[in-house]
Amino acid sequence: MAQYGFYFDSSRCTGCKTCSLACKDFYDISVDRDWRRIYEYGGGDWEQNKDGTWEHNVFSYYTSISCNHCDSPACVKACPTGAMHKREQDGLVAVDQDRCIGCQYCSMACPYGAPQYDAEKKVMSKCHGCYERVAEGSKPVCVDACPLRALDFGPIDELRAKYGSEASIAPLPDAGMTSPNLVIKPNVQAKPSGDKSGSVQNSREVK
Amino acid sequence: MSDTIKRGFKTALGRRAFMKWSSLAGGSAAVLGSGLPFSLSASEKKAETTPEEKVVWSACTVNCSSRCPLRMHVSNDVITHVEADNTGSEEWGDHQVRACLRGRSMKQRVYHPDRLKYPMKRVGKRGEGRFKRISWDEALDTIAGSLKDIRSRYGNEAIYINYGTGTLGATVSKSFPHSATMIARLMNCYGGYLNYHNTYSSAQYTVGLPYTYGGSGWVSGNEISDLVNSKLLVMFGTNPAETDMGGGGHIYHLQQARERNPIRTISFDPRKNDTTVVSNDNEWVPLRPGTDAALIAGMAYVMITNGLVDMDFINRYTIGFDEDTLPASAPKGASWKSYILGNGPDKTPKTPEWAAKITGVPVHKIESLAREIATTKPCTITQGLGPQRHVNGEHTVRAIAMLSIMTGNVGIPGGGNGGSMSAYYMPFAGFPQLENPVKTSIPVFLWTDAIWRHEEMTSTTDGIQGSERLKAPLKFLWNYAGNCVLNQHGDINRTHEILQDENQCEMIVVIENHMTSSARYADILLPDLTTSEQFDFAYQVDAGNMGFVVCTQPAVSPMFECRGLYEVCADLAKRLGVEKAYTEGRNREQWLELIYANARQNNPELPSLQQFIKQGIVKQKRPGKPYVAFEAFRQDPEANPLATPSGKIEIYSERLAELASSWQLKSDEFIKPLPEYVSMWEGHESELAKKYPLQVYGFHYKARVHSTYGNVATIKDANRQEMWVNPVDAEARSIKDGDLMRVWNDRGELRVVAKVTPRIVPGVVAMGQGAWYSPNKDKVDLGACINTLTGQRPTSLAKANPQHSNLVNIEKA
Repeated sequence: MAQYGFYFDSSRCTGCKTCSLACKDFYDISVDRDWRRIYEYGGGDWEQNKDGTWEHNVFSYYTSISCNHCDSPACVKACPTGAMHKREQDGLVAVDQDRCIGCQYCSMACPYGAPQYDAEKKVMSKCHGCYERVAEGSKPVCVDACPLRALDFGPIDELRAKYGSEASIAPLPDAGMTSPNLVIKPNVQAKPSGDKSGSVQNSREVK
Repeated sequence: MSDTIKRGFKTALGRRAFMKWSSLAGGSAAVLGSGLPFSLSASEKKAETTPEEKVVWSACTVNCSSRCPLRMHVSNDVITHVEADNTGSEEWGDHQVRACLRGRSMKQRVYHPDRLKYPMKRVGKRGEGRFKRISWDEALDTIAGSLKDIRSRYGNEAIYINYGTGTLGATVSKSFPHSATMIARLMNCYGGYLNYHNTYSSAQYTVGLPYTYGGSGWVSGNEISDLVNSKLLVMFGTNPAETDMGGGGHIYHLQQARERNPIRTISFDPRKNDTTVVSNDNEWVPLRPGTDAALIAGMAYVMITNGLVDMDFINRYTIGFDEDTLPASAPKGASWKSYILGNGPDKTPKTPEWAAKITGVPVHKIESLAREIATTKPCTITQGLGPQRHVNGEHTVRAIAMLSIMTGNVGIPGGGNGGSMSAYYMPFAGFPQLENPVKTSIPVFLWTDAIWRHEEMTSTTDGIQGSERLKAPLKFLWNYAGNCVLNQHGDINRTHEILQDENQCEMIVVIENHMTSSARYADILLPDLTTSEQFDFAYQVDAGNMGFVVCTQPAVSPMFECRGLYEVCADLAKRLGVEKAYTEGRNREQWLELIYANARQNNPELPSLQQFIKQGIVKQKRPGKPYVAFEAFRQDPEANPLATPSGKIEIYSERLAELASSWQLKSDEFIKPLPEYVSMWEGHESELAKKYPLQVYGFHYKARVHSTYGNVATIKDANRQEMWVNPVDAEARSIKDGDLMRVWNDRGELRVVAKVTPRIVPGVVAMGQGAWYSPNKDKVDLGACINTLTGQRPTSLAKANPQHSNLVNIEKA
């Protein structure tokens, strides 16, 4: 079985959110759901000198995260109906909306915030890796949309051979939790998962 | 298809023309079926079958410095989704021009509930937003009648075409420059209109910098792709990650250049902007808005006193650096060196300590950066347009250039002149223009003044050009695809007052896609087509090393009673008796054929028109090496002098000295022959700062292009309209992240949520400019438009908009 995954280059990402908005446009996703979320992470302090000037050690960077189609998907484990499932043919995690009862256990369980509740249909929805496009040989909409080519998608073995295996940068959880199929090139300002020196700076913009 | 849509469709292009063009474009005439655009249902799975789905080339023709191609996916005359350019390769120079989140959301603009559907006339007061539907005939008769009446009473100089940049790059549906619009063409056939000069974007830059480098208007820096040759990049207020964020724009080229040549970057900016977030060797140096020239003077002190100035360059290429090269008319002590060392009239040495107090940048930082910039060669020093949008902006742009001049980086690869970085422009052609019989021109920012005090406005008081004085009041205001009637002009409350008197400005005609805040002030409101509903050519802007042009084609039928501007103006021309002069016997299709024929003369490598329509986009890589500004001058200044009076770089400008003595300036206005730091009348050192202790400005925001896309729900949600507040300032006022704040000064008041972030310097607050003004009954702006707080007082030299020079206070609401 092939296992697909995402690559994200945090040294290229300006936080423009084209990936997220292109996804919304393609799938007509309502305003209140983000299949791909862009976290602005940062911190730092300011100190004033005697002459009134300022010193600082401010840092910031972005991460763009959808579903990481984990090897141990917490959402699948939490689902009482089997609606949330990992596809055999490509390892992508998807929700069968006909079986979903909308209990939202999956969204509570997922440490990446991937499952998103559709209030209109009263069922879950989430990034499914554009498996229809992928089956036709295309990449997901978000990957093709990125103006700065900060995203890639493909068999995870190939991505790891090309880009390494880092996936544990703040504000994401340690990759040991769910074994995400995600590879990240960290921004030089990036902090490791669990970092306490910074915080998510745009909490109202991510669902 | 409804009769209304059919009628609109026919008038937009003419049936025959549409059939001919659309058959080339993939047969859109065949699917003009049941267009029900507002019934688009939310579905997460793409439809199983998409009958007659087609892909139509279009573009995002808004006013950022990109002009991204879009591929509209259309089914049954409805846009289903938008995709980006998919042509070319991953090679830099043949790359895909990938649209940003705004272009990708174009569908929501086409089908927005705010979309204007039919002509309307105002029935309430201006700004109330009460309108009555009328026929096209009534609307056009009213406009023609008003033009005749106003012209007979005040002459053509009373007719003005307002600044509008809502649709750019196109040839027919083009709103900027005003002289290239279809309205200008119509008015030129009818005796002309009052001109404007300068822009809201760049007036201080285009007026100020030519005094140093010669010529007039825009001074280009080196091409952005030339960064591959640089060893250090120094940016003043430069943020292409939000201002040129499309995949053909400057941010892409900046990224590509820095990945090939990973140079260190120093960014001077009040905010740690998104451009400084990317790449691996960035230093953010925060400074107070409007103090760039003080910082540079401090660095100049370090360079001069440590022998770090490139004197070989200074001696051969410049005048006014020291007393020996001043022009004969200059007084003693008027040189740059005298100013810096304290030997000039102000007797103040511009030491790093002096600069630190003004700018907020520590002394050690000024010293170390001055040394680094002086000793790392070649070094690219560049500026965005934020530093110039201040009370002292004309002086700031020249001061930034001083860094390039003192370090001898002008005219060499990897260096630059301190101006904005440039791009390659592939040759093309525009709509042929007619001459305006009226020569009088006002600074673009003074159109509201021209309504209420035209009799005071002369060349030496208000920068009137083409005439000694303004001879008529502004009575008829055309406003096409622009939001400067209210939202984007300075001081919204004052503008509202001026426009309330219908005996002053008598007629406002707004031509728009959506019910913008400017549209609410229209007397006659006309519904325009979007780019997705008409044929045109969309031309690139800042596209680095690769030019491109898109053949934009009707993705869907014209909606409601919306009509194209060329056709509307042709109907008006008929009513004004100038139809022949306006159309020259051509319809839109025939004009586009002529324009393309002209383009092929300028650029023989362009494919045939038929082929262009079919392929949708043409890209051309810049031939040869990246552009280097003033390269010929650098190689041989005697043979290739600059277009300054001396032929050299003028650090001291005799022309400015003359203006300073001949213009009528108020006591606190200033024009300096040197690029000095001048404290602003509304800045942190001004008296007003005691009452309003925080500086505020509106940055270009990823959520919008100015105000365009400002009504798109998904973008608004993903990029909140919030005010950046440093934790130091927030804690002092017990403001927490997410709190609603009251923000006010003497001009207005608004409500906005606080984004408490260390990414802004203390003492300064900022938010995205262009949010849609939305007042409550007490005129408190709940939309958080920056122009609720900005003023109408123009700068001294360019008579321009200092929209970043504002003071406010904030508190928890």
